[in-house]
Amino acid sequence: MSEKRRFEPKIVAFFCNWCTYTAADLAGVSRIKYAPNARVIRVMCSGRVDPQFILDAFAKGADGVLLGGCHPGDCHYAEGNYKTLRRMRLLERMLKGMGIEDGRFRLEWISGAEGDKVKVVINDMVEKVRALGPLDLPGRAKGWDKELEALAHGVRKSEDKKEPTHA
Amino acid sequence: MPEKPKVAFYWCASCGGCEEAVVDLAEDILGVVNAVDIVLWPVAMDFKKKDIEARPDKSITVSFINGAIRTTEQEEWVRLLRRKSQFVISFGACANSGGIPGLANQFTREQILKFSYEDSPSVSNEAKTRPQASCQDEGHALSLPTLHNVVRSLDQVIEVEYTLPGCPPTPKLIAGAVTALLSGKLPPKGTVLSPDIALCEECPRKDSKPADLALAEFKRPHSSPIDPEKCLLAQGFTCMGPATRSGCEALCVKGNMPCTGCFGPTSRVRDQGAKYVSSVVSNIVPKDEAGIDAVLAGIPDPIGTFYRYGMPKSILRRKVDLS
Repeated sequence: MSEKRRFEPKIVAFFCNWCTYTAADLAGVSRIKYAPNARVIRVMCSGRVDPQFILDAFAKGADGVLLGGCHPGDCHYAEGNYKTLRRMRLLERMLKGMGIEDGRFRLEWISGAEGDKVKVVINDMVEKVRALGPLDLPGRAKGWDKELEALAHGVRKSEDKKEPTHA
Repeated sequence: MPEKPKVAFYWCASCGGCEEAVVDLAEDILGVVNAVDIVLWPVAMDFKKKDIEARPDKSITVSFINGAIRTTEQEEWVRLLRRKSQFVISFGACANSGGIPGLANQFTREQILKFSYEDSPSVSNEAKTRPQASCQDEGHALSLPTLHNVVRSLDQVIEVEYTLPGCPPTPKLIAGAVTALLSGKLPPKGTVLSPDIALCEECPRKDSKPADLALAEFKRPHSSPIDPEKCLLAQGFTCMGPATRSGCEALCVKGNMPCTGCFGPTSRVRDQGAKYVSSVVSNIVPKDEAGIDAVLAGIPDPIGTFYRYGMPKSILRRKVDLS
């Protein structure tokens, strides 16, 4: 065990109830093996996934976020996945602008019949995020806030025991 | 006669517009001045830091603090005022969520200093002199505050009782807050002193907002004529109304300009920019990637547009790969 432990990325996966979650179910009953790094959250539609959820997942420690929905034209609610696509095209630009690398967020259309695609997508994403390394936003935020602890002069230390609010 | 309540005004990283807003109370300010003792107001009156330091803790009834926290001096002052005050009111967009100074969270301190003191086209600084934290001049030690790496909202540094939103808060909201404080009829701690509902609800153009927005393009106010009657979103302008708290009575819209979001989000929304993407961007017309990208090209700077006043309070707080 002298070898350094391999980095295991944490992936938060939002899967729509009607297609991608069903596909993950199919992968399960078909005993398809894939990387165990994805934490799957079932939502009724990919259109339910507010961009806030994705930012929040990153801020709380996810190394990658995967969003899975029905193929265009197949949405159970007719238009939900188009709304998803429009939002995510802009969100991807914004993530890049905020310093989150390409590949940490991924949108995939996976139908209920595509159990194998669940495996391929998750395995591929895990390897790509592993290559990028940890994102560790909670750790970075702690580093940013060290400068607040540094100010010792002038003001008595007894005050402000309360943690700064970031919520 | 009972002692008058003591009030302090202080400014941090801000433009001075919030001070202007207090003066905008016009004649009403005389009533306020009669009812309180002002113990600190750097823009208008001569008090020193030692005057505040000499006061007993909690002896100031309320401190109104505007501006983001950007320098060590600002942090020191707000910690001092926190200790001396019973109530702290976070005053205006910069104090509440970082405001325009908060956009600096896209850059490192070094990038900002280098641009401001060396690279900016209007700067002539051959020696590349930068402000130093301390220096000696004729035997006197002089010191300057330093810039933090990260711009913060006031409540990310000290505890805050109430929040007055706006860039700047309107005289009506200020008067309401002062009246509540003087009468002792205080709302629960943490209250934002403005209605907790989206701006569209009080917008005079509300009736012209279609149920289905169907945006085929985004326009910018400097390059397209603006219809003074019709919903600005329906015209294709990135009006922030749907993701912004009301209370300003749609001042900008009444001036025929789109809302830029200075009141911040309502209590149900955590991240104003992400919520705007969620609500408005989902309503564009195309369904294919190329078509969508073509429409979204009409928003050249989504971060600067949707987080204009709130990057430090957004979920990510700053560009995450900066040291």
